[in-house]
Amino acid sequence: MSWLPKSPKARRRLTLIAAIAPVLALAVGLTLWGLKDSISFFYTPSQADAARPAPGRAIQLGGLVAQGSVVKHADGRVEFTVADQRASDRVSFKGDLPDLFREGQGVVAIGAFNADGGFEAKQVLAKHDERYMPREVAKALKEQGEWRGDGAKPAYGKAGPT
Amino acid sequence: MARRRSQARLREGRPDVIAEFGAFALVLGLVMSLAQAGLSAAGRITRSRPLAGAGEGAALAAFLGVALAFAALMHGFVTSDFSISNVAANSHSEKPLLYRVAGTWGSHEGSMLLWCLALTGYGAVMVVFGAGLSARLRASAVAVQGALGSVFLAYTVFASNPLVRLADPPVEGRSLNPLLQDPALAIHPPFLYAGYVGMSVVFSLGAAALIEGRIDAAWARWVRPWTLTAWSFLTVGITLGAFWAYYELGWGGWWFWDPVENASFMPWLVATALLHSAVVTEKRGALAGWTVFLALSAFSFSMLGAFLVRSGVLTSVHAFAVDPTRGVLLLSILGAASGSGFALFAWRAPALKPGGAFAPISRESALVLNNILLSAATTTVLLGTLYPLIREAIGGQAISVGPPYFNLTFTPLMAALLVLLPAGPLLAWKRGDAAGVAQRLGLAALIALAAGFLTFALASPRHAFGAAGVGLGVWLIVGAGVEIAERTHAFRGPAAETWRRMSGLPRGAWGMTLAHAGLGVFLLGACFETTWKVEAAETLAIGKSLDAGAYHLVLESVAPADGPNYEAERGRIRATRDGALVCEAAPERRTYSAGGQTTSEVAICQRGPSHLYIVLGERRGTPAAPVWLVRAYWNPWASLIFLGPMIMALGGAVSLSDRRLRLGVARRRQAKAEPRPAPAPELAARTAEGEG
Repeated sequence: MSWLPKSPKARRRLTLIAAIAPVLALAVGLTLWGLKDSISFFYTPSQADAARPAPGRAIQLGGLVAQGSVVKHADGRVEFTVADQRASDRVSFKGDLPDLFREGQGVVAIGAFNADGGFEAKQVLAKHDERYMPREVAKALKEQGEWRGDGAKPAYGKAGPT
Repeated sequence: MARRRSQARLREGRPDVIAEFGAFALVLGLVMSLAQAGLSAAGRITRSRPLAGAGEGAALAAFLGVALAFAALMHGFVTSDFSISNVAANSHSEKPLLYRVAGTWGSHEGSMLLWCLALTGYGAVMVVFGAGLSARLRASAVAVQGALGSVFLAYTVFASNPLVRLADPPVEGRSLNPLLQDPALAIHPPFLYAGYVGMSVVFSLGAAALIEGRIDAAWARWVRPWTLTAWSFLTVGITLGAFWAYYELGWGGWWFWDPVENASFMPWLVATALLHSAVVTEKRGALAGWTVFLALSAFSFSMLGAFLVRSGVLTSVHAFAVDPTRGVLLLSILGAASGSGFALFAWRAPALKPGGAFAPISRESALVLNNILLSAATTTVLLGTLYPLIREAIGGQAISVGPPYFNLTFTPLMAALLVLLPAGPLLAWKRGDAAGVAQRLGLAALIALAAGFLTFALASPRHAFGAAGVGLGVWLIVGAGVEIAERTHAFRGPAAETWRRMSGLPRGAWGMTLAHAGLGVFLLGACFETTWKVEAAETLAIGKSLDAGAYHLVLESVAPADGPNYEAERGRIRATRDGALVCEAAPERRTYSAGGQTTSEVAICQRGPSHLYIVLGERRGTPAAPVWLVRAYWNPWASLIFLGPMIMALGGAVSLSDRRLRLGVARRRQAKAEPRPAPAPELAARTAEGEG
């Protein structure tokens, strides 16, 4: 193959580049494509009102579970309201709620809005640990001025946080 | 309650000083680490053996100090000494002993102490087994390890000291998060940290080699066993974590591409690449610079993992014991340590000599390709993990990067790697014979294709990707078998000859085969489970039933079943298939008295390699007519997901027991440079036996 460079060093470099280039191109291409299409945006209810994500587009909806809003149906469906200070959305979810799901606590629902403006969650996340709030929820609430301090300090000698 | 109060009063009357002693030992450990770094560096610069020896002594003393501090903290947890703030925040006197012990590393402070224990422990082991390294390289490596130890110990002492006393001790502690009260998770952190921190030895050796400006086969021989040790621990640690997520979270999933999971997976990927590139450096002297780069990267990724997990900058469902204020400190440690490592690399690497040449089709090339693909895969995982941070830093919208991204980017790269994998070990060094390899793998390819098509035809619903994955898994397992068969001339010569060759095969070869086959086993399980899992969920009253796949489940009863520190409801569920009893499952739903958190205890019925996975959900309906949300999953071949990585880790352990990787071998190489006692002749003979 006369078109190859003569020096063995240059040849080796060429083969190495020939091996790396397609992998690199594949990785970069896939990454860009993936980051364009398969990320999901996080909204609080008022941000969702402003952004108006298309029905069916997968997003994450985060906020506080409104007090007294949780309705558990006997067929396994759960409905609750996720709210921030300015807006709220009704979320419906079929399945078992995470163990740390409580009224008044931060929650992230993953799913999409339906055509009627209700939110259908495929998954509901609360943290493993009762002392922490989902970070985006904490941040968004802080920006709205609803945040009241970074979690409770350990209340020693009491039964635990409520 | 009264007993506890009297215990507390007893303590007030007769205060023990074990925590103070531990805190003192911890500070002593820090001072000794500083001495280790200083003395070893001075010993290296002045070429003074006594100074370097003193540095090594300090390394042992540092480990002793940290071990005592760790023991003191564990004592505090076991005896429920709530005057120690960390114990009060993370333990409870009603907790079973195992979880009181595990509570030692269940908090941020405790886990950083565990990290320091591993770091100084590896430093001590390096000193004990380090006789084979040249004196200068050893002094440099011990100095670097001491510097790493000093930084992390300083952080532990000044910013997250676990042995601080409370002025006003509470009567009862706040308890460990109930989700962490689980046998698999009790031992998960020690394995994970032994893996994470094991990379520090490789980092120190890499930095030392750069300081000395010399990288040779003897160095690579040293790097391999340490990488292998850390890699095996990390493999077990990640698998335990995945297994825990599988049965404790009750979602039926085992890998979520969550930032915390990625944080442990990236060092694993880099360590895997390092294992393979170190082979090339050892056997052929090539890729020296790249191997050092990976050695530095592996521990940098470990530190990045610690930062991501502990700082809470990324939203994770697994975030425990997060403290953002400390994140900044951890980030500066990460920046300083890996920054200086890579600066050293940029400065010294051009001086490294290039190694032997090789043809485009050769074992070397195969391993280079392995490294290219693994590095690309690591980069995509890194980008996906950090992208939300980057987006937010440039003022964008809060986003999350989920499984679809990783499936799209990581999977194709890995698939390419796995398709090529069985060919690698069959290629000869320097110049391989592609046609010969293709011929030898022909049968394996046929079997794999047949398995893929058979799966596609038989498994319902039909799923092309799942079937392709199954074919790929079979390809890996059969390919590993072909490799062993080739080496032992199986099916070609007399059986006695094969047996002789088999017993003469180095353990490293068996280890590699096991690891590659284990990957295939994992792939089979992962593909079956993700593609053909069946899920069913329904609210059931007593006596009602639901169907999951071919299984018919009847909720027979729900009764209270209280444990030492929780109250629980235990269901009895009868699972039948075609009328025949399969198993009586007893899933539980527990409510912990401390904190009021609830957890689900999943019941898993083992059916061959498959699992029938049953979760008892919350009670609904009216008190008079209660119903329970019951979820059941049929997870085909799910056992293999956890068995496969365990086989891989076993392969690592088998390789480690190989004489060629034992540290005496490096001594033989060294003997040429420095007069030392001659090695045993059989050892020398074994070393001469190359691979392949």
